[in-house]
Amino acid sequence: MIRLTFPTRETLRRLPFTSADVAVVLGALALIVVTAYVGSTALVPFQPPEVLPEPISLDVVHLPYYLARSTLRMFIALFFSLLFTFTYGYVAAHSPRAERVLIPLLDILQSVPVLGFLSVTITLFIALFRGSLLGLEAASIFAIFTSQVWNMTFSFYQSLRTIPREQQEMARMFRLPRWQYFTKVEVPNSMIGLTWNTMMSFGGGWFFVAASEAISVLNQDYRLPGIGAYVTEAADQQDVGALVAAIVAMGIMIVLVDQLVWRPIIAWAQKFRNEQSEASEMPTSWVLNLWRAARLPSLISEALRPASEFINRALSGTLSPKPRQRLSGRGGAQRWVEWVYNSLIAALVAGSAFVLIRFILSEVGLIEVGNAFMLGLITMARVAVLTVVGTLIWVPIGVAIGFNPRLARLIQPVAQFLSAFPANFLFPFVTVALIATGISLDVGSILLMSLGAQWYILFNAIAGAQTIPSDLREMAANMGLRGWKLWRRLIIPGIFSAWVTGGVTAAGGAWNASIVAEVVSWGDTHLVATGLGAYIARATEVGDWPRIALGVAVMSLFVVAINRLFWRRLYVLAESKYVL
Amino acid sequence: MTTLPINAAAAARARDAHDDALIRAVKVCKHFELPGSRSIFTVLEDINLAVKSGEIVALLGRSGSGKSTLLRILAGLIPASSGDIFSSGRRLTGPNPDVAMVFQSFALLPWLTVQQNVELGLEAVGVPMKERRARALKAIDMVGLDGFESAYPKELSGGMRQRVGFARAFVKQPKVLFMDEPFSALDVLTAENLRSEISDLWERGDFPAQSVLIVTHNIEEAVYLADRVIVLGANPGRVRGEVMIDLPRPRNRGARRFKDLVDGIYIVMTNPDRDLTAAMTGIPPRRETPYSPLPHATAGGISGLLELLYERPELRDLPEVSSSLQLSTDDLLPIVDAAVMLGLAEVRQGDITLTDAGRAFAIADIQTSKDIFRAQVLERVPTVKMIYTTLKGKPNRSMRAGFFLDILDEHFPREEAQHQFETAVDWGRYAELFEYDRSEDRLFLPVEASELTD
Repeated sequence: MIRLTFPTRETLRRLPFTSADVAVVLGALALIVVTAYVGSTALVPFQPPEVLPEPISLDVVHLPYYLARSTLRMFIALFFSLLFTFTYGYVAAHSPRAERVLIPLLDILQSVPVLGFLSVTITLFIALFRGSLLGLEAASIFAIFTSQVWNMTFSFYQSLRTIPREQQEMARMFRLPRWQYFTKVEVPNSMIGLTWNTMMSFGGGWFFVAASEAISVLNQDYRLPGIGAYVTEAADQQDVGALVAAIVAMGIMIVLVDQLVWRPIIAWAQKFRNEQSEASEMPTSWVLNLWRAARLPSLISEALRPASEFINRALSGTLSPKPRQRLSGRGGAQRWVEWVYNSLIAALVAGSAFVLIRFILSEVGLIEVGNAFMLGLITMARVAVLTVVGTLIWVPIGVAIGFNPRLARLIQPVAQFLSAFPANFLFPFVTVALIATGISLDVGSILLMSLGAQWYILFNAIAGAQTIPSDLREMAANMGLRGWKLWRRLIIPGIFSAWVTGGVTAAGGAWNASIVAEVVSWGDTHLVATGLGAYIARATEVGDWPRIALGVAVMSLFVVAINRLFWRRLYVLAESKYVL
Repeated sequence: MTTLPINAAAAARARDAHDDALIRAVKVCKHFELPGSRSIFTVLEDINLAVKSGEIVALLGRSGSGKSTLLRILAGLIPASSGDIFSSGRRLTGPNPDVAMVFQSFALLPWLTVQQNVELGLEAVGVPMKERRARALKAIDMVGLDGFESAYPKELSGGMRQRVGFARAFVKQPKVLFMDEPFSALDVLTAENLRSEISDLWERGDFPAQSVLIVTHNIEEAVYLADRVIVLGANPGRVRGEVMIDLPRPRNRGARRFKDLVDGIYIVMTNPDRDLTAAMTGIPPRRETPYSPLPHATAGGISGLLELLYERPELRDLPEVSSSLQLSTDDLLPIVDAAVMLGLAEVRQGDITLTDAGRAFAIADIQTSKDIFRAQVLERVPTVKMIYTTLKGKPNRSMRAGFFLDILDEHFPREEAQHQFETAVDWGRYAELFEYDRSEDRLFLPVEASELTD
């Protein structure tokens, strides 16, 4: 270390700061300061109905603050989502007994409309954080969390279940302790899928941050400082300028988060690809390049190395040896335990179903149930129309884009941006148009729902078309396949699996959106459509618990049933027949 | 199934708790329940084997012999359906701590550098960072990858990746190194290169494991590397027997004995019913074959010897014959053997004399001597007779040479079959039984020959 005492010019130049370091340090400091400031303001007194937070100001000057508040909410929700993902996914993948409960449960939770729950959670959280706005804050974060977490968890669980056999064998052969297996094999294997799903979830989350910041529960309007509340306020005051400003700010924020967070993570995660060969085109990120050019991060990680080594060894020690071994056969006693466990679960499911049904029947009656089902059918028709029309419009466009690599590289991020953009920001404009033209919301709500949902169809079509090998396209051209024949023989089979993914995501998004799309307002004009979404929204507004429960249960039932009966079959078809 | 002696012996020895084997399998069976039906699919049946200290053992089998399954059972990665595995005398209940494995697909973690991959197994057992690093560097050095410590696997070629696999196994200093077809994912040249390096390392004596157990379907690889080849039969997998490879190291693929061993095992493996111990005893093999091997002598050489013996009756002693012909004994003997085989001469106690046919052959003119030669060949040389009758049976009176080579291949090692064929063709041509067109590689009957014997 003597050399450090009298640094030569050479070492001075190499030590430890470069311009990249300056950028990294400034960026980190700015992030900390903003987060601390925005976070501290969340702790304001709140005692409804007497003490309410300051009303939302439509002054553009306040917009960055609101936006920062919303973004902070997003990241807090993301943190909890990751925490949940790792624990739930890990347990489900490692305990066959837990798996039998957790995975079907996840399947159902995935289908429950998040916004339908909001009234329940808001009441709960306000009671929990009495006298502070944190209750509302927590409710909003919880809504975002529930919108993000399921597919992340599912992706993680799937990755854990599909770890290459040779890696599993290698790990057992070399007796990796659980902790080491988790950090060196399991998490890296899940990285690609998890980053992609996290990014998609985060994009979808903006919709729910906007929807959950301004909500009417129990005849009480709640407004949480944030961009969603800003938009709602602007619609109430019919302030088009403020609306446009919010949309622009939102767009900037999406691009910023993409550039500063997701691009670097995606580019970094490429090293977790399981292919042994280098991909021809790797995603890059200027932020990641900056980070890598800077010396400080590597110096810090080098300095922290003994500490991380200590932690790793401690965790490996406490969590090992891992009894992944199943060399012994199953005994009769174990079978008996299995049986008791299974019956217990069955009893639990039957019991809760019984309680729910009894609650609904005793409070609202069978006729109301039938009514909710009818409304469900109407909303389902809207979702179906949306999916079909969206497919007819966007699939040809998506395929045309996907077949043109240069165009695809240009459009793909735009489509992703549009899917991340919270469609409810645009609702006021459509509402105005509907009022002006006199078109019923019964039809107009399809357009509102599709504002957010259709993009999934588009960019999955692009991605699907890109996976069709160019030699197959050349073959088709050589054979003289054109028009419908080309679509029937090559394109439709080629993009089928991608389309199913896009379709199921779009349909799921549309069901969720129906709760905010079937009831809209502009100033004092309120438009209401007939449908299950409007039913839930109305029940939420007046705090009618039985009807909320009924509405949410029926919608979940619809989504689960359609997924099982329709989408899953298409998935099976896609995976067995149309595999490229 | 025939029980080979080794099985009984192994089973007997296994009862002895203090045995010298590093790994021993006793009566190991493995079967899977077929999904849907109630039936059971047997992968391995009654496997008994042992790996002792200081030897390389090859498990050789075709697909369906369950050799990789057996390796994984011995490694404690999958359980046996019945039977026991003993590692250093202790019954195995989990992953075998005495073993490190080299995988066919390398099984490297693509997100770890070469160094990190090699360190993985040490990290698992809590070796401190500094020691870990030093030992890994040594192992990386040993496999010739120094300079690549911070490279990622995807930057390396297949051969280099497998070197990382070897380093990762070496660094654990296992008692037994397991190799699961370690070279079969590599191209031929790379595989050859790596194989001979591993072999060199073993011969140098500082190999980081006491013993090696290698699974392979490649006979040459097994003979090249192993001290003992255990041949597995298929459906269900079982031990057919074992072959000791007592070739000196370093081994030379061109050596006669090497080839004989390879050929012997090849025949066993291509004939599921063949008894291994019988097939492998007395290599070079004296096999029961209808085609008694022809001595490598040309018809011209035989006829020259016969004429000399006739003209100089006092010449009887073989060494004398060889010196007067200025031929070494090695060169003379095939000619003598050929003459004896054809019944034209007799050898008694080192003295050679002409038979009646031999004398007649020596005094006859060229056409008559050919007639005598023909008669003798057809009577006493099955290979030539087989070729002749085959050609006669064909409507176009001709046949490609490869057909006969294939027949001979089944009874002789590859190169020997070629020699046999050449000699047979030479004799047949001299006898005017058939002709050979080298450019077309076909044998055919001359016109008059077909009429001659009819």
